[in-house]
Amino acid sequence: MKRSRLSQLSASVLANAIYAMQNFPVMLINTILAPFGFLLIIFFVSHGTLLNVAIIGALIMTMVTSGTSLQGDLTHLKNDMKLQDMLVSSPVSPIIYIAGMALSEIVFSIPNIVVLGLLAVVFIHMSYVSAAIIAAVMLLTFAFSVSLGFFISTISRDIIEGWAFMGLISMLLATLPPVYYPITYIPLPFRYLAYLSPTTYSAMIAQNSIGFLSLSSSGIYLSWTILLGISFFILFLGIKRSRWREG
Amino acid sequence: MVRIICKGLYKTYDKAGTKALKNVNLDIDAKGILTLIGRNGAGKTTFIRILSTQLKPTRGKVILDGVDVVSQPEKIRNKIAVIPQDSSLVPWMTAKQNILVYLLWRGFKYKDAVKRAESALDTMGIREYADKLPRKLSGGTRRKVMVATVLSSEAEIIFLDEPTTGLDPVSRRELWNILNKMKEDKLIILTTHYLEEAEELSDDIAVLDRGRLLRVGSINQLRKSIGYPYAVRIFDGGLKIPGIRGKVIKKDKDTLQIFCTEKEADRIADRLIRSKARFSINPTSLEDIFYMLIGDIKEDIHEKEQA
Ligand SMILES: Nc1ncnc2c1ncn2[C@@H]1O[C@H](COP(=O)(O)OP(=O)(O)O)[C@@H](O)[C@H]1O
Ligand SMILES: [Mg+2]
Repeated sequence: MKRSRLSQLSASVLANAIYAMQNFPVMLINTILAPFGFLLIIFFVSHGTLLNVAIIGALIMTMVTSGTSLQGDLTHLKNDMKLQDMLVSSPVSPIIYIAGMALSEIVFSIPNIVVLGLLAVVFIHMSYVSAAIIAAVMLLTFAFSVSLGFFISTISRDIIEGWAFMGLISMLLATLPPVYYPITYIPLPFRYLAYLSPTTYSAMIAQNSIGFLSLSSSGIYLSWTILLGISFFILFLGIKRSRWREG
Repeated sequence: MVRIICKGLYKTYDKAGTKALKNVNLDIDAKGILTLIGRNGAGKTTFIRILSTQLKPTRGKVILDGVDVVSQPEKIRNKIAVIPQDSSLVPWMTAKQNILVYLLWRGFKYKDAVKRAESALDTMGIREYADKLPRKLSGGTRRKVMVATVLSSEAEIIFLDEPTTGLDPVSRRELWNILNKMKEDKLIILTTHYLEEAEELSDDIAVLDRGRLLRVGSINQLRKSIGYPYAVRIFDGGLKIPGIRGKVIKKDKDTLQIFCTEKEADRIADRLIRSKARFSINPTSLEDIFYMLIGDIKEDIHEKEQA
């Protein structure tokens, strides 16, 4: 028989996003509201001055969440439903499965991206170039968090381990980095901690592009280089070290 | 017919150093239902996972339907489908959606997948549950939906790891009927630790114990291979029959069991009829064969094998 790659990709999207939202609409409400919590806090605390940054931050954070969700979903499907074993013993390739699952996380965040995107259009007056830069940053952020999520899911053997890793990832990608406010708000010795997280570079580039941070051109290059480097490294790790068939 | 060849197959799990398979050798033209039996930890799941390309063996060769599954797993994955031990339906999808996405993952066009999913639900007699979420289904129905996923696919070789464990007797029998229908055009390789199930369903049985493959063959071949195809049961513990050739086991105070050849069974029966004892003669059950093979039958009285 002729196998359709499109079917194989859509299977993951249907299984992990569409059918889930269709059968449990409450999930949709939850995902739409999730990024607004922090956005509102920042908005109130800064008396509105950080609204721009916070909207961009929420967009970036949506991408990070997609990656950590991928990790949780993959681990759950693999360990509790043995779905991965079923798929290993079938004609679907790991790349297509994972690509489809990654896509499903994006589909899940579409409502979010739309709402935040509208807010960005209304409240931030940015050029097309800035918009493109932010889109690129979001894409890269998605790429590394999804790769990291995938990598972790293949090495965690049960849901408990998965949770533990997930906590660590969230800390690294979501809590440490100054996504909703400029990095200059963090006092110096602690700032170095933030530099450990790839998300920090995403945020710095995005904030710079809307004029909230002014990086020197070498600073911009450095941020891009680190972000790209980390993204490719994690992607490579995900592809290279992950296990489809067990050794 | 699907030829399965294993040569010098070993699997040692690295972390614990557990030897799950030890020098498994096999060459069989399998058809219908091939059942792996063995107690917990015998290595059944490990064996299935290696055959179905989920797990690499530590050493050895496995050829399934002409394909070296160790070095060319992609080549066999078109033909196989597996329900792993302890697998379950995805809880946020309905029965039909669960089947549907599996077929899409296998690369079926959407329309085709829908048709196949519906026809599998019909075959299993569970069409009415198509749009129900798993938590609303009984354990038996859930298991049937799982079987429907692989049944609906084009795979010719189906692996089912303990498909009936934990089912009630009625559901189990329904599943047996389905498997008997499925086996007409697919090879089914299943595992179980219910010996009467293996005896009832299987065309061939493989006996695994502590990582070793002890025997493979039809139930009749297994009976012959142990040398005692018949079991005579005498319900009179005190009865003395001189010169028995066979394995004699005292089941309890009043029951004696003799495993022997057909000829010897005839001879014993003659004597028993003359002495008006109550007795039965049956082909040796898989359960008895199994215990003899794994060496757990206690020879309480004696074992005579005179010339
Ligand atoms: N992933 C694993 N890591 C370490 N040991 C394992 C693993 N899987 C199985 N084993 C061990 O290998 C042996 C065979 O297990 P298994 O193949 O699951 O047997 P069965 O399916 O017959 O119950 C057991 O001793 C089991 O504990
Ligand atoms: Mg098992």
